[in-house]
Amino acid sequence: MDLNEFAEEIGSSGPVTIAGLATRGGPVEGVRTVIAPVGIEWVQPAEMTVCCGAGTPVEDVDAALAVHGQSVAIPPSGTIGGALAVGHSGLRRLGYGPMRDSLLQTHYVNAGGEIVKAGGPTVKNVSGFDLCRLLIGSHGTLGFLGDVILRTRPRAQHEQWFVTTDDPESVVAQLYRPTSVLWDGTSTWVLMEGNRNDVESQAGNAKLRRSDPPGELPNGGRWSVPPSELSNLVGTGRFVAEIGVGIVHHEHPQPPRPIDPTIADLHRRVKSEFDPEGRLNPGVDVLSTE
Amino acid sequence: MSSLIDDLSGALGSDRVRSGPNELSLYRKDASNMEGSTSVVCLPETTAEVQACVRICNRHGVPFVPRGSGTGLSGGAVPLDGAVVIATTRMDQILRVDQVNRLAWVQPGLLNLDLSNRLNHLDLHFAPDPSSQQTCSIGGNVANNAGGPHCLAEGVTASHILAAQVVLPDGTVTTLAGEEPEPAGYDLRGVFVGSEGMLGVATEVCVRLTQNPPGVKTMLIDFASVEDGAETVSGIIAAGIVPAAVEMMDGMCLQAVEAYIHADLPVDSAAALLIEVVGLPHGLEADLDKIVAIAHEHNVKTVRVAQDEQERALLWKGRKSAFGAIARIKPNYYLHDTVVPRTKLPEVLAKIYEIADRYELQVLNVFHAGDGNLHPLLVYDAREPGITERVHLAGGEIVRVSVEAGGVLSGEHGIGLEKRDYMPLMFSEIDLAAQRSLRCAFDPEGLANPGKVLPSPASCGDIESVPEGVWI
Repeated sequence: MDLNEFAEEIGSSGPVTIAGLATRGGPVEGVRTVIAPVGIEWVQPAEMTVCCGAGTPVEDVDAALAVHGQSVAIPPSGTIGGALAVGHSGLRRLGYGPMRDSLLQTHYVNAGGEIVKAGGPTVKNVSGFDLCRLLIGSHGTLGFLGDVILRTRPRAQHEQWFVTTDDPESVVAQLYRPTSVLWDGTSTWVLMEGNRNDVESQAGNAKLRRSDPPGELPNGGRWSVPPSELSNLVGTGRFVAEIGVGIVHHEHPQPPRPIDPTIADLHRRVKSEFDPEGRLNPGVDVLSTE
Repeated sequence: MSSLIDDLSGALGSDRVRSGPNELSLYRKDASNMEGSTSVVCLPETTAEVQACVRICNRHGVPFVPRGSGTGLSGGAVPLDGAVVIATTRMDQILRVDQVNRLAWVQPGLLNLDLSNRLNHLDLHFAPDPSSQQTCSIGGNVANNAGGPHCLAEGVTASHILAAQVVLPDGTVTTLAGEEPEPAGYDLRGVFVGSEGMLGVATEVCVRLTQNPPGVKTMLIDFASVEDGAETVSGIIAAGIVPAAVEMMDGMCLQAVEAYIHADLPVDSAAALLIEVVGLPHGLEADLDKIVAIAHEHNVKTVRVAQDEQERALLWKGRKSAFGAIARIKPNYYLHDTVVPRTKLPEVLAKIYEIADRYELQVLNVFHAGDGNLHPLLVYDAREPGITERVHLAGGEIVRVSVEAGGVLSGEHGIGLEKRDYMPLMFSEIDLAAQRSLRCAFDPEGLANPGKVLPSPASCGDIESVPEGVWI
């Protein structure tokens, strides 16, 4: 399916929702459902970019990039479009940066059924307002992603998880750019990437032991808290926190976060500009979606 | 109703509301070649004062232009039709530093390099490093989503802004995003960065801080042809190395800079690359060796690795003083900022030389080769009859060939006034309408920096400002 057919299916009237592989929640129930184009258009290793349909599985993109020693900072499972629409970064955000930095350009379909281009094909681009960032994490409420150009990154030559019972603050202070630091209140796990000798010598200096990554993460809730408040988590239940980032994989849902009424009002105004009839993913309230 | 100036003076005190001819003349331009007009300049010192200014503008129905240091190169801070200038230069404090989690809250008027210098003792810095970093402000960096040589590996400003307290165009104060990584809702922080003062005024900015690297290697390598240099850049990236910076200077630029700073630059070469790699010792050496090997595959003439901090500083001085050096050739220059795919660099550079020849202009190229971000400098003497027109025609062609090669209008300087009318080269009317929708959601009255970025009037009431009284 090409973009034009995708836009025609979405049309310009009536409620419509979009489905990926339902690994992050799935489409709105009881509403006409469309799916985004699937397939990799091209990989340009020397540009460090890849172009694919938003319905392409993340693992297909990973496999295509692995051939060139590259990857994208999009967490595994589901589709590229689903991952971007939900906007959750992966466990390596500390080292790779947030997922939102990966989307360079997209053609999305707006509430009027038109194909809109946002962003541009190059890694560096400040031409116009950054609608790509608006779409990431918008849960399909402002437009449905059709195709995307993503920034890739080189795969590290070597990676290794380590563990220690030292407190995470002192561990982080001793390391240069770890890829991930996780803490469950007792143990601190560290993922480091790069040259093998550098990884080993950093681990040695910080007295880290080689280990497996932490097992299955608690999945009762995904909390987002200021990283300086992570130490307050002790006693709230079982959790694994991303140190230096502030994401907490918790056994319980996050307590409600207060929303500034001005922010809520801005959200209403953005939604009503982009989707005045509220036809895209009706009923989804991005402010109350975890 | 009382006058605009009286109201502003009432809010800020008359000493910080300026409407004398000298100040109005100073603030009607930025570092671009454009001029507009302002009726009054405000110098607030607090968020509440910025808010008061914006509210007064609303009450009087007068547009306002947020301004940092005025170092922008695309006319983004040029006030049109007498707009009120709200300059944040006096809001220059570091408010709070969280060393452990590597972030800081700062005021928008703080200078980019001052921030990094003042954090140096903590082994931290703010990664975006525009060439104007000694004078440009963090607020201006946010407005333009500024770049710099070291954005190749670290990303541009948008990757380094966690949150911003802003005064919205209607005078409401709010905070977009926060220290938490995934705030609920739309990424309003993300759209605010790079919005060129059209979505409000940032009054506090939460910046991400970057660890100073434990090791740095800087080298200058030169080539007999621009193609060899450009292919070396692509080869490095394709080999999985993303250096901290990869800058290119062409022969003309090398000659101009050498005459200016005497750094023993390879003035007989067609192109030189200034490459910096950073990190831990083993990876650093391995990257350096690989880069040299790739350069040899592309007929490198000489490889000069800085032997100490002094030599490293000299090589960087050569790069960063290019703009000063060209003043020795001609008194004026016009700078473009397009980006092209790295692999198209040789082809597009050849076209740029051809365009300059055809218009009988001198062009120097000094640019961020690692991200394909061209900075062709057309040097000229504006007193020469007809030459300014030729510079504009040549510039227009450079922008066109860049976009045709799969590139974009601007990599780091922004659209502002200067490139506004080129936007249709990249975006259809439908694409632009979507950008206007965002603007309308934030600023239905169109009071925040109107007339910039978007080429035609927004349906929500943005009045098209044909830049009357604007002199390019």
